[in-house]
Amino acid sequence: MTIPLPPAAGHVGDPGDPGRGPATGAYEDDSKGLSLWKGAWHRLRRNPTAIVGAVIVLVFVVISIIAPLLTPYEPGSAAWSGQVTPTSVPGPSEEHLLGLDRFGSDLYTQLLFGARQSLIYGVVSTAIGLSVGAVMGIVAGGLGGWVDTFVMRLVDIMLSIPSLLLAVSIAALLGQNAYAVMIAIGAAQVPIFARLLRGSMLSQAKSDYVLAATALGIKRRKIVLGHILPNAVGPTIVQATLNLATAIIEVAALSFLGLGEGDPAIAEWGRMLVAAQDRFEAAPQLAILPGAAIAITALGFTLFGEALREALDPRTRR
Amino acid sequence: MRINFSRGRALSTVALASAALVLSGCAESEREGSGGGEGGEGDGTFVFAGSAEPELLDPAFAADGETFRVARQIFEGLVGTEPGTADPAPLLAESWEVSDDGLTYDFTLQTGVKFHDDTDFNAEAVCFNFDRWYNFPESVQSDDFAYYYGKLFRGFAEGEKAGEGIYESCTADGDDKVTIELNKPFAGFIAALSLPALSMQSPSALEEHQDDAASNVNTTAYSTEHPTGTGPFQFDSWERGNQVTLTRFDDYWGEAAKVETVRVVAITDAKARATAVQNGEVDGADLIGPADLQPLEEAGMQIEARAPFTVLYLGMNQKTKPLDDINVRKAIAHAIDKDAVATASLPEGSEIAVNFMPDSVNGWTDDVTKYEYDPDKARQLLQEAGADGATIEFNYPTDVSRPYMPSPADTFNVLRSQLEEVGLKIKPVADVWSPDYLDKVTGSADHGIHLLGWTGDYNDSDNFVGVFFGGETDEWGFKNQELFDKLSEARGIPTVEEQTPLYEEINQDIMDFLPGVPIAHPAPSLAFGPDVEGYVASPVNDEVWNGVTVGD
Amino acid sequence: MLRFVLRRLALLVPVLVGLSVLLFAWVRALPGDPARALLGQRATPEGIARVNEVYGFNEPILVQYFAYVKALLSGDFGRSIRTGQPVLESFVEKFPATLELGLTALLLAVVVGVPLGYYAARHQGRFLDTAIVSGSLLGVVTPVFFLAILLKLVFANWLGWLPTSLRQDVRIDATHITNFYVLDGILTREWDAVWDALVHLVLPSVALATIPLAIIVRITRAAVAEVVNEDYVRTAESKGLSSRVVSRRHILRNALLPVVTTIGLQAGLLLSGAVLTETVFSFNGIGQYLFQAIGQRDYPVLQGFILFIALVYALINLLVDVLYGVIDPRVRVS
Repeated sequence: MTIPLPPAAGHVGDPGDPGRGPATGAYEDDSKGLSLWKGAWHRLRRNPTAIVGAVIVLVFVVISIIAPLLTPYEPGSAAWSGQVTPTSVPGPSEEHLLGLDRFGSDLYTQLLFGARQSLIYGVVSTAIGLSVGAVMGIVAGGLGGWVDTFVMRLVDIMLSIPSLLLAVSIAALLGQNAYAVMIAIGAAQVPIFARLLRGSMLSQAKSDYVLAATALGIKRRKIVLGHILPNAVGPTIVQATLNLATAIIEVAALSFLGLGEGDPAIAEWGRMLVAAQDRFEAAPQLAILPGAAIAITALGFTLFGEALREALDPRTRR
Repeated sequence: MRINFSRGRALSTVALASAALVLSGCAESEREGSGGGEGGEGDGTFVFAGSAEPELLDPAFAADGETFRVARQIFEGLVGTEPGTADPAPLLAESWEVSDDGLTYDFTLQTGVKFHDDTDFNAEAVCFNFDRWYNFPESVQSDDFAYYYGKLFRGFAEGEKAGEGIYESCTADGDDKVTIELNKPFAGFIAALSLPALSMQSPSALEEHQDDAASNVNTTAYSTEHPTGTGPFQFDSWERGNQVTLTRFDDYWGEAAKVETVRVVAITDAKARATAVQNGEVDGADLIGPADLQPLEEAGMQIEARAPFTVLYLGMNQKTKPLDDINVRKAIAHAIDKDAVATASLPEGSEIAVNFMPDSVNGWTDDVTKYEYDPDKARQLLQEAGADGATIEFNYPTDVSRPYMPSPADTFNVLRSQLEEVGLKIKPVADVWSPDYLDKVTGSADHGIHLLGWTGDYNDSDNFVGVFFGGETDEWGFKNQELFDKLSEARGIPTVEEQTPLYEEINQDIMDFLPGVPIAHPAPSLAFGPDVEGYVASPVNDEVWNGVTVGD
Repeated sequence: MLRFVLRRLALLVPVLVGLSVLLFAWVRALPGDPARALLGQRATPEGIARVNEVYGFNEPILVQYFAYVKALLSGDFGRSIRTGQPVLESFVEKFPATLELGLTALLLAVVVGVPLGYYAARHQGRFLDTAIVSGSLLGVVTPVFFLAILLKLVFANWLGWLPTSLRQDVRIDATHITNFYVLDGILTREWDAVWDALVHLVLPSVALATIPLAIIVRITRAAVAEVVNEDYVRTAESKGLSSRVVSRRHILRNALLPVVTTIGLQAGLLLSGAVLTETVFSFNGIGQYLFQAIGQRDYPVLQGFILFIALVYALINLLVDVLYGVIDPRVRVS
């Protein structure tokens, strides 16, 4: 489930749309004399939403990496469970910046390490989706014929189930652990990347420069690796960024449904949200903070991905 | 394409409006009078929220509390309980006599009792029921169907367990006298007859609608539409996923129900259940989470905690090292601060446990080895055993709320931090309650320490310690023949009084052997709206609603 | 037109076949014995033998598959492990609830979202526009269940304005015919039942509608903005046609196309969102039943429901394509 947002008109890499190759390839310049990437960079720098998104993403990534340095406590230690009763959860204090969570762990620490979990889940699952999907798409687009038909039918089948439910069925199969979650969510992303790469292959196959290269006798594989793929990088990165946002939300959703990693010692925003429900009156922050964290992080990736898409799209250069 | 919008729009609006007018009144309302009234004598409706839907309506095949909750309104057994206690009291049987050898039971039955289908309850009906159970086909003899009969009577007429049963015969003598013969003494027999699984069902209804050999007894006509008993309420309808509706049985032999209609709904989320009471969406609910008790009381709702008849324990699997070392088990016991566990995760009113049975059960004794909370001693014992820093798997269930364990994750967390405090490394293993967790901790050797518990079905010592330690099991992983033999012997003693000394001895042995640590006896709580009166809570969930009124 | 529909239906078949293969493989990939997986705890030796007979677990794989398909085609989707109720029956029972919820949510999203998007586009760059855009962005990234929990806790627990759970107050004793409670109330003229069902629908449908609403706002805004800048609108306005007339006739119709397209996508979101929302509100639909099935490892239900949901999803997309074809005839000939 990519969060579907209105595509910019004539999005590069639209599947099955021959003749609409990139107006600017890796070799061509736009009117301003800058390459695709440099041009994109310049536009991003001036785009306020891009900056906001990038900042959020950066903060998120940095926190995930240096989490142990930001807090003296271990995640999920439940060391202060003696202070928690069914009707009261200690709030902020000197030792605990944000107070405790319902199990007696330091809330601030849980949130920090939750970021790390989300990053890991998000990155790994998107990587799985991207690698498997890209291979499928390239093979389908490159080889054509019955391979293409077969792969695309497979993609259709995977898309016939809403992605969350697809992830759910896979996770139910694989058991209650972290790998199940990552594989399940990754699998749900495979069809998206497959379609994207295949479309990119197909649309570029008809473009002039590829025809020229073929006429020159350059081997097919070299064309794909050296010419077509680099042009597909842009849209793929955009899609990956947007999918990361979705992945973060879906991980939380799977936890909510009871399919995620069970160990309460491993902090995860989704599970924190689930656990916080029945203490809401006593301690609303237990639910609001992780939920807001999920939303803000997803927002950051979405904003940045969107802005990147606009920046890379030659059509919106005016 | 030019559609004249305004005309098109006007036309469609008219069409829609006329369709609505035509459709409404298309079907007949099936309600009688003013729906769900209040006021007037015995006209009201009592709405109760349980935690799950019943599985089926024939209690002979059930083992879950929600099925029994409904069954208790419809069916009655020969024996009931003293209100609010676990002690047996006459019900359909007015009185009984037991022979000295404990093998012959003579019952004198209530007269003038009718089943919901207007047939008579009499001695013949009693024998019909007993014989029916004894003759259950093999397909339903497993624990998944005839659990209670199988456990208590040990055997059936045919199949694997043929010839092992303690049931010998049932003889009707006139309409109101019946004699049950057993071939082995069973001290808890009378008390066991208060279980819904052993309640008296209408022979004619069973003959007409039930098929015990059906490929799926859960969905037979009897189990879903025609449960027929003698209770104060009769079955009206079951709208799956929504509600079970019962109506007052006007020919009830006892105190007629004060409300006309009872509806049982299922709200799986504990907090939603509590809120439903608070908002008046339901009149009462069971299994209220500990976190919701105080807010409910503050909002003016009534809370009733049942007298605890449960036990929550930390089991230790002796097939997993180092739990086979008694010193390690003792260390774990000393590491646990039971009061802290209760404060953090159990409802108020829960009692700390020193035996594997609550104090109202025969054989409970305070004179057992107690392992006081002493982390230093725990550390010392661990070091002596060479288990300092050992890694132990700690199994617990997710996403479930049991009467003895309202929030397993909270209980788990407290215990874990206490155990880690004394130097043990805990590896958490979480599983869904059913089937994964139950299969793992009771059906395999693949677990370490785990959280589990038990709600007593009736007041019988064997129903607690006999169930746990009567033989070698995967859950506990030990073979202590002496203990098994003592339990067998105790089970066979004819009367409760004679059993007491042996059970006390057994409890002492258990606490010395320490296969697990009994933690507490949690008090599962009910909540009611301010207008509800007459609900009598029972420690064994023998709660019949004929005395309940709502408002007025 | 008919050919178009038939063609699209024909495309459906291989997808469903492929799905059945996947689900077939799925049951056999489950840890342990597949017969036990289908029967759960209630697996008696007789039951296992029976299942093995019906599903042919001891036969070669191909035979098994055809037995499975035969069972599917005859409407036998297995029985719930927990209740023994046939899976098809429980789906038919509970689907109206989810459909009612989904349609209400969709209605909300469209009725609120289109005007909002339209006004945002008409006032581009001004405060209203920015506010709406930011709001819609937030709506897209907020997890459905978080919102559902918040709504429930604030409006039902805290304020007590709305009910927390179920579809209807049982005391009303409403008559249920179609299982669409609002419709049932209208059909039987039980107006209190209609009102009560609507009241119970408020919170879940608001929670469920949020993401589709946000998306519709953005799409409408983008589409309207594009059209507004087109020359022919400017021409029409300069001719003196009132702005209201211009908007109704020209702009909205063109903005309709992208909205209709997304509805197909929304269906997927609504279906998966329903699983989460229904659980939070104990709303008796297929979402909550699926959630329970997950927790209890009720594989027959999981298998059957996922197949049904895929079917529903595909049918909705077909419907959307047909609608698209009605609105824009160019699509039909492509």
